[in-house]
Amino acid sequence: MPLAFLLWCVLAFLVTAVAAIVTGQRWNATTPVYCITALISLLGCAGAVTALLTHQSAALQLPLGLPGIGANFRMDVLSALFLAIVNLGGAGASIFGLGYGRHEAFPGRILPFFCVFLAAMNLVVLSDDAFTFLLSWELMSLASWALVLAHHGEPENVHAGFVYILMASFGTFALLLAFGLLAGPGGQYSFEAIRLHQPMGMVAGLVFLLALVGAGSKAGLVPLHVWLPLAHPAAPSHVSALMSGIMTKVAIYAFIRIVLDLLGPPVWWWGMVLLAAGGASALMGVLYGLFQTDIKRVLAYSTIENIGIIFIGLGLALSFRADHFEEAAILALTAALFHVINHSLFKSLLFFCSGAVLGATHERNLERLGGLIHRMPVTALACLAGCLAISGLPPFNGFVSEWLTFQAILLSPELPQWGLKLGVPAVGALLALSVALAGACFVRLFGIAFLGRARAPVAANALETDKISLSVLLVFAGFCLVIGVVPGFVIDALGPVSQSLFHGQMPIQSAQPWLSLVPISAARSSYNGLTLLLMIAVALGLAFVAIRIAASRSTRRAPAWDCGFPNAGTLTQYTAGSFSQPIRRVFGTVLFRARESIEVPPPGDSRPARMTVRLQDVVWDVCYAPLSGAVTYLADRLNVLQFLTIRRYLSLVFATLVVLLLVVATWQ
Amino acid sequence: MMRDFTLQTIAMLAVLLLAPLLTGVVRKAKARLLRRIGPPLIQPYRDLWRLLQKEVVLADNASWLFRATPYLVFATTWLAATLVPTFATGLPFNWAADLIGIVALLALGRFFLALAGMDVGTSFGGIGSSREMMIASLAEPAMMMIIFSLALLAGSTQLSVMAQYLLSPNVGLRVTLGLSLIALMVVGIAENARIPVDNPATHLELTMVHEAMLLEYSGRHLALLELASFIKLLLYLSLIACLFVPWGLVPANGSWPAFGLGLLLYAAKMIVGVCILAGFETAIAKMRVFRVPTFVGAALMLGLLGALLLFVSRGL
Repeated sequence: MPLAFLLWCVLAFLVTAVAAIVTGQRWNATTPVYCITALISLLGCAGAVTALLTHQSAALQLPLGLPGIGANFRMDVLSALFLAIVNLGGAGASIFGLGYGRHEAFPGRILPFFCVFLAAMNLVVLSDDAFTFLLSWELMSLASWALVLAHHGEPENVHAGFVYILMASFGTFALLLAFGLLAGPGGQYSFEAIRLHQPMGMVAGLVFLLALVGAGSKAGLVPLHVWLPLAHPAAPSHVSALMSGIMTKVAIYAFIRIVLDLLGPPVWWWGMVLLAAGGASALMGVLYGLFQTDIKRVLAYSTIENIGIIFIGLGLALSFRADHFEEAAILALTAALFHVINHSLFKSLLFFCSGAVLGATHERNLERLGGLIHRMPVTALACLAGCLAISGLPPFNGFVSEWLTFQAILLSPELPQWGLKLGVPAVGALLALSVALAGACFVRLFGIAFLGRARAPVAANALETDKISLSVLLVFAGFCLVIGVVPGFVIDALGPVSQSLFHGQMPIQSAQPWLSLVPISAARSSYNGLTLLLMIAVALGLAFVAIRIAASRSTRRAPAWDCGFPNAGTLTQYTAGSFSQPIRRVFGTVLFRARESIEVPPPGDSRPARMTVRLQDVVWDVCYAPLSGAVTYLADRLNVLQFLTIRRYLSLVFATLVVLLLVVATWQ
Repeated sequence: MMRDFTLQTIAMLAVLLLAPLLTGVVRKAKARLLRRIGPPLIQPYRDLWRLLQKEVVLADNASWLFRATPYLVFATTWLAATLVPTFATGLPFNWAADLIGIVALLALGRFFLALAGMDVGTSFGGIGSSREMMIASLAEPAMMMIIFSLALLAGSTQLSVMAQYLLSPNVGLRVTLGLSLIALMVVGIAENARIPVDNPATHLELTMVHEAMLLEYSGRHLALLELASFIKLLLYLSLIACLFVPWGLVPANGSWPAFGLGLLLYAAKMIVGVCILAGFETAIAKMRVFRVPTFVGAALMLGLLGALLLFVSRGL
């Protein structure tokens, strides 16, 4: 029942897209379209949550697609979970779009693709055969590509679109090969048939690697991440929220579906590969983010970090599963899925906040913001909640999933392989380092954008954003807090998912006394967000009352003290660049070959002194620059073929014919 | 039940009331080592009282965040300190969060303090926040690696359980424990802004980290932040005592005289710890800011080494 309902939702999205194209020519359809998509998404989300909580599973075949196979759709608990995430994010983005979309100069370039994008993400999660899956996957890529290019007048966006479409095609290509190997010589493309004929040995390993490349390139795993920080910020903010918060999760879904469901039992080195990629993504992502000054680019890089954390969880789950530590594997899988939910919430929230700031100031550069907490108090509050959640601080939700991941790491010394024995603690250190650096990154983001004094007139004259957008911000911030305070209910809801993938689930958490979170046993570890929140509240209350009774209440406003040398100029404040300078000196000199050059003019010269900082993207230099160089070189060489005489073309054709005949003759 | 909560209240109040005294002892000991008479032991209480009576001078553009931060920093630090077993283990609140939770609570306080440093928009506030986050970005993972090592040994991240395990006779001398102790001391020094990482007594602008963030605070706000930093020192000393000299910790079902004895023993441990700290601080000079990462990074490496040793062999 919920399956048919969700397919109707998808159809409704597509119809809305067509209607948006038709009506978009004549009048501005922003409000009705976003109202409709919000309604459909909310209904879809309700349907998915119902299916998840009632553990329903259903399959359906439509007479579309390839002959003989048709279009297969299926909804089980795993897809229900991801459908709930997709549609919740879709609803948030639609409602935020109601307010934010009014600033849009060309709504006709966004609305149809927005609907198609939502439909395609639903379809990817619903599809049950390789053909439908790849078709929906490609539709999702193309719709989001069109959204990235919505403002194609700016050269940066054109570049972003180009890199994105290249990487997306590459990723789909890898997935195509993965499904080809899974289908085997018989060409069984439905997932049902693939599950019955699971590949073994080298082929399984190859499928795993291809799935990692295909899904990882969409999720933004290092070193396949280069498109992400270009493309996500280029789209309008509510679409950035969808791309960063939701589309990366669809990629995670694809990976889980292929590797944990379709592919047979894992081998230990798969976990090793995931742990290495996840650890590298987590650290590199957050370090890149720390050195950016574009507010949306900081968020995009932080997505790479969080995807890394999710893949660390999945890597642990695979390693434990390969060595038959079922309990630990379930814990690691639950941690990864929990972080999927959390990241979709707080990353959407933070992109909405960046949209609100962008709408109020038309400025994405941190160096020109500042003091927005006075001008946009509600946005600042919601953004603060998002920053606390993403930095993994209690009592918000980010802490819970990171805590669960750490608990899973602590179970790993039992693993027999030496690679994992040495790799897991190293990954634990990388995870701890990236969580700490994320704290620095978001202190910087919030502190520079919202605190201090306005660095430019646009920030000084900003106005609070509209009520509808604010309500979305507050609702998402509320989700982050509530899930962090009572995480047990979410873990129980994830139970059926781990049951279906790993045939077991974590102990029921909502039955624990005082709603504590006890992953394994109370003597091992426990966390109680509710008690913690209450105790913080009580301690705050006690401090407040004591201060009211014992201390002087007089308060005076005066100019800032600043050690006796206050400077009224706003340029004397710390900037985003100066804030990250110590961290750049510590980590950047090795990882990014960061170099500072200071140019001081000679005495008597009135030019200002300049300091330039150069950062080099090592991944780009090592992986992509040689590749693009090789392609250019080959293209240059082959270019000669365009200017030959007819005689030479004919001899080329003849030579090709001879070679092909020889190949056919000598085959076998 | 009632008894447990009474004990918990006693522990919470003890932490709150003894913390300034501890700082008084450090100052006195440092002064005596330098052949000065030094301020009386109760001087920190007097300072707090004086600050409470003063009016608050707020910078013109200070936001609500700036005014809320002292309360939040105080609340999280106090809470974190009550989660560490001082003289008794297994108190009711100890189960609310494990050692990872305690570290995260301290990080929460630091997050707000760093934001408050940037709120007024002065260059000193920014310098403090920026450097604090740089030091924290190494000290926090180092702390996590120490937790890993100890949790792998004890099979738990709950401090009460860890302390009970380390009290049991089958621990023995282990390389990992030694590495963790050194790393934890380094982290404690860095987190509490002590010499050689930071100088709590300095007001030379370019060398300060923690004080730079507090520069715009005055009156009751400053009193709360000062008290929070006193409590933080106590917290780290209690943590070292609870993990590495756990003798004298009384389980929650102990008798009242045992608790009295435990409290006395705890006080003695604190005094010894503080004297070692004073000696160390007197013997060493403050580092340049960019040598601090090497110092704290060494703690991270020691912690990682300790954890790796355990992954390789459970016997070491």
